[in-house]
Amino acid sequence: MLSFLSYFFSGLSLGSVYAIIALGYTMVYGIAKMLNFAHGDIIMVGGYVTFVACISMGLPAPAGILLAMAACTLLGVTIERIAYKPLRGANSLAVLITAIGVSYFLQNFALLMFGADPKSFTSVVPIPPLKLFDNQLIISGETISTIVCCIIIMTGLTTFISKTKQGQAMLAVSEDKGAATLMGINVNRTIALTFAIGSALAAIAGVLLCSAYPTLTPTTGAMPGIKAFVAAVLGGIGSIPGALIGGLLLGILENLSKAYISSKLSDAIVFSVLIIVLLVRPTGILGRKIMEKV
Amino acid sequence: MRKFVSAVLAAAMAVSLAACGGSSPAPASTAAAAADKAEAADSAAPAGEGAAFMIGGMGPINGPAAVYGKATKQGQEIAAAEINAAGGINGYPVEVNYQDDEHDAEKAVNAYNTLKDWGMQILLGATTSAPTIAVGAEAVNDRIFVLTPSGTALEITEPSNVFRVCFSDPAQGTKSAEYIGTHGIAKKIAVIYDSSDVYSSGIHDNFVAEAPNQGLEIVADEQYTGDSNTDFSTQLQKFKEAGAELIFLPIYYSDASKILTQASQLGVEASWFGCDGMDGILNVENFDTSLAEGLMLLTPFAVNADDELTKNFVKSYTDTYGVAPIQFAADSYDGMFQLKAALEMGNATPDMSAEEICAILEENMPKIVIEHGLTGENMTFTPEGEPNKAPKAVVIENGEYKSIE
Repeated sequence: MLSFLSYFFSGLSLGSVYAIIALGYTMVYGIAKMLNFAHGDIIMVGGYVTFVACISMGLPAPAGILLAMAACTLLGVTIERIAYKPLRGANSLAVLITAIGVSYFLQNFALLMFGADPKSFTSVVPIPPLKLFDNQLIISGETISTIVCCIIIMTGLTTFISKTKQGQAMLAVSEDKGAATLMGINVNRTIALTFAIGSALAAIAGVLLCSAYPTLTPTTGAMPGIKAFVAAVLGGIGSIPGALIGGLLLGILENLSKAYISSKLSDAIVFSVLIIVLLVRPTGILGRKIMEKV
Repeated sequence: MRKFVSAVLAAAMAVSLAACGGSSPAPASTAAAAADKAEAADSAAPAGEGAAFMIGGMGPINGPAAVYGKATKQGQEIAAAEINAAGGINGYPVEVNYQDDEHDAEKAVNAYNTLKDWGMQILLGATTSAPTIAVGAEAVNDRIFVLTPSGTALEITEPSNVFRVCFSDPAQGTKSAEYIGTHGIAKKIAVIYDSSDVYSSGIHDNFVAEAPNQGLEIVADEQYTGDSNTDFSTQLQKFKEAGAELIFLPIYYSDASKILTQASQLGVEASWFGCDGMDGILNVENFDTSLAEGLMLLTPFAVNADDELTKNFVKSYTDTYGVAPIQFAADSYDGMFQLKAALEMGNATPDMSAEEICAILEENMPKIVIEHGLTGENMTFTPEGEPNKAPKAVVIENGEYKSIE
């Protein structure tokens, strides 16, 4: 029983990182209706900025995190303006390909700037691990802080979208861009704001990911990014609570399958979840089917 | 305006495609002219090219295995300096040129081509298995002799012109099991390996096959892949439950450092055993080396050994580079001297082509005996290219390697 709990909690730890990353995916998809595959690599950039700030420049952790958020926000808005905006009217496949291109660009740029040597990241989380049942069950401080952050971000986002004017504007843009413009909403600015928030979230995700798994290379964000995309689809892409549930569920599933089925097949199982979800219930757990009246 | 921009971009693309092609005529015409001049200089003045043995080297200088590339590079350089100071090979000096392959097969082939352009006659490389296999395939076509100081995959020595200084993976896996069995270190063994890496899988398969013969019980056998090498908590938890006394790590040092860190966080108590890929673990940035206390690894080179050769090597290496050498540097050093012995036995001279030198080396390498090398005593080669020498192990005590019998 205790071993199951232990696997469960490490799955929760993994899942909480996926959940925060999935929040960014889902938000951008829900509002701008595009899958930003470069999200995983913005996470990596956030990790590197924090690394440089805290270790090379010696700033305290909160300052490093704020710097990472600022840098990623700037990066996200720039990418949106340069790479995605010109393709707003185009085929959605073109935007997808561009996103993958941006992802490769970020990875190789980081490779050029920082080299391929893995950088060792000191955790920014000061919470000590929780030891239960006479040291049989150990929950790390990073897990607790990631889950707490996830919940705070989720409630913050939901409140923002339902209560503030900008949030309502985002909802309007997601429903109908044309009508939103007619209503006087600046669509460009709204979409830029969406990306800005998504990228700021990516920075936080990056810091927490690197605190939990302390090596940083230019490809650190790629695999978690893809798995978080699967998590977002599982939970219902476009739905914010869905991202949280999908992320946690996927992390637990990955860890339990590593433990009880086979560590070789765990990645295969995670990605087959994507296929199964798309076949059986494409809207995901919390997604809603939207009927369009013709 | 748009048409003009498109035309310019199309032209730029065409030019870059032509330049990228390996043997395309347009920009290569200037390169060919330069090569012609160099060749003319070659035959005209042997004091320039053709007056020194051109030995290339290759390994990862960047990336998670960078410790190895730097080591083989520096070991080769120390050996070259000593050989030249002592009069060279058959009276001719040795020139070395080391290229970065980033532990990647494609980049290794690029590095190999760069070395060929430089005029390489013999290759002391690559450093890791996957690049050595890739480069070996090219060297078969070009008939260039390859001596890898540290590539351990079994298929590396299949071609007749590829030899290796160190043990192969199957040998390492089998010898590790033998070592643990004969020294009675533990009975319940858990293994975790990287199933996406040929080195790790090779050692793992042979270890698991040999373990029953040594009375060892494999209580858990887990894996991970190069893509997901950050979270090992599930595998370690399984080891804890299975009651593993010793955990065998046929993997590279950077992943091993993560596993050791996570194991201490999870409260996993077991002893650790690694192979040559574990070398370098004490140099990982920000790694708490106290976690590696008591870790044993199979390595033929002990930096604290008492013999003259080791002491001199360690001294000149540390004086020149500021760090102590690891076994990869010793492998590379021994490799240079093995090449020297075989070239001298076959009366080779640098004005011979790479193919002629290759034939001389293929014939003479199995005949040489190095009585005393850094990585073994009475080292010889089989005609298939495998080394013959006894395995040794070290244990990490007080943050340093210490030989164990």
